[in-house]
Amino acid sequence: MTNWVDILTELVHRTTSDLPRDAEQALATAASAEAAGSRSAMLLEALAENTRLARAQGSPLCQDTGTLTFFFDVPQGYDTLALENAAKTAVAAATANGWLRKNTIDSLSGRSIDDNVADGAPVCHFEQSDRDDVEVWLLQKGGGSENMSRQYSLPDSAIGAGRDLDGVRKCLLDAVWRTQGFGCAPGVLGVCIGADRAEGFLQAKKQLLRPLDDVSDNPQLAELERRVLAEANSLGIGPMGMGGKTTLLGVKVTSRTRLPASFFVTVAYLCWACRHRGILVDANGEPQDLN
Amino acid sequence: MSVMKELFYPFSEAAVKALRAGDTVRISGLVYTGRDRLHKHLAEGGKCPVQLRDGAIFHCGPVTVRDGDGWRVAAAGPTTSIREEPYMASIIGKYGVRVVIGKGGMGKQTLAACREFGCVYLQAVGGAAALLAKRIRRVDGVDFLDEFGATEALWHLTLDGLETVVGMDAHGNSVYDEVRRDSEQRLRELIG
Ligand code: SF4
Repeated sequence: MTNWVDILTELVHRTTSDLPRDAEQALATAASAEAAGSRSAMLLEALAENTRLARAQGSPLCQDTGTLTFFFDVPQGYDTLALENAAKTAVAAATANGWLRKNTIDSLSGRSIDDNVADGAPVCHFEQSDRDDVEVWLLQKGGGSENMSRQYSLPDSAIGAGRDLDGVRKCLLDAVWRTQGFGCAPGVLGVCIGADRAEGFLQAKKQLLRPLDDVSDNPQLAELERRVLAEANSLGIGPMGMGGKTTLLGVKVTSRTRLPASFFVTVAYLCWACRHRGILVDANGEPQDLN
Repeated sequence: MSVMKELFYPFSEAAVKALRAGDTVRISGLVYTGRDRLHKHLAEGGKCPVQLRDGAIFHCGPVTVRDGDGWRVAAAGPTTSIREEPYMASIIGKYGVRVVIGKGGMGKQTLAACREFGCVYLQAVGGAAALLAKRIRRVDGVDFLDEFGATEALWHLTLDGLETVVGMDAHGNSVYDEVRRDSEQRLRELIG
């Protein structure tokens, strides 16, 4: 019998305190690309030290422990209500342990919801798979980064973006430029081309779960990812918007169909504290790390 | 290779004026936290329970826990400073604040006040909660805890070598303006 509360509580603890190795490696690479003793090198080294400290202490990487979004892939007939309840219990337990800050406000009364659990909090998405194990991903996204996510509707005359991949590229560079000074760079872009507005944000967010070295299967999107990453880093915005060679650690793009009348480009921006972890839980309840 | 400068409380006008935009600085000693509630309170002429002259205001809402008779910081991070732009310049002028610590930089009025009154704005490392908690050596006290709540309260913190970058100096220079200008020019080249 799978103990989902324990498994998910552990997943929250790891996600909040243990930055994925690929992100840590990317920060180290970025630091070594900067001149020794420069302000950008100092900022990146401080992020690296913070990452090591948080992992060693099991304490939050960032004080904004963010919105928690769980993505579950479950076998046919799986009890998703039980999973959602387990996720809520896990979030309350992680909050009580100090792994999550009291970070949830009732939008009408302005009051704090001290255990971070409410209708729709944490956010849970379910998809059915054809396997007999359960795959779970958790994304923790802070407010400063979520505030920088945006959606463009093409054509956009303000940035000269038409309804083609070059128009998409312009949107992405504009989004990176507007994020400077906010959203704690260097970060990652998750992008969805097409879809309706709501689906665009969901799919863009899911792109943030891809490993940093993952390249799109679609050659056109692979080229777009590569080009936008290089061009964004040539803007010189740098860590914390204080100048430097690394503004983005990755760009991950997917596409969906669209209506003839709409052409949305949706950008989910994630800061350096790109907290996401995945596990695969077999029928015996044994979790296996997916990062 | 540039060397990190050191800044100690009390922050003298001369020490602050010696800093240039872009310098890396370790700051140590007493600082006071303040967010929206405190800035609004001070700018509207409310009473100030501490001596801000030659002191520092840190835009930060620490997560604190009771520790015996005192407090301990569990996590902390700089908060976005631009929200205090309507108040900052008058507070710097009226109270003689020498150092503002936060993230993201501030606007024209604050930059002008930094030059007029001899104050610097220091960028802390955004989101580095574990590191910042380690650099806060102790909590020396708190004001407005009941009135403003724990996040917005005026905490007295003693820092121990917190890593920062001079974002805005006392001579009218702003790294943020510089980076914005240069990156905008590059953006125009890339998107036409
Ligand atoms: S943008 Fe990211 S790193 Fe910065 S405060 Fe928000 S969650 Fe933390």
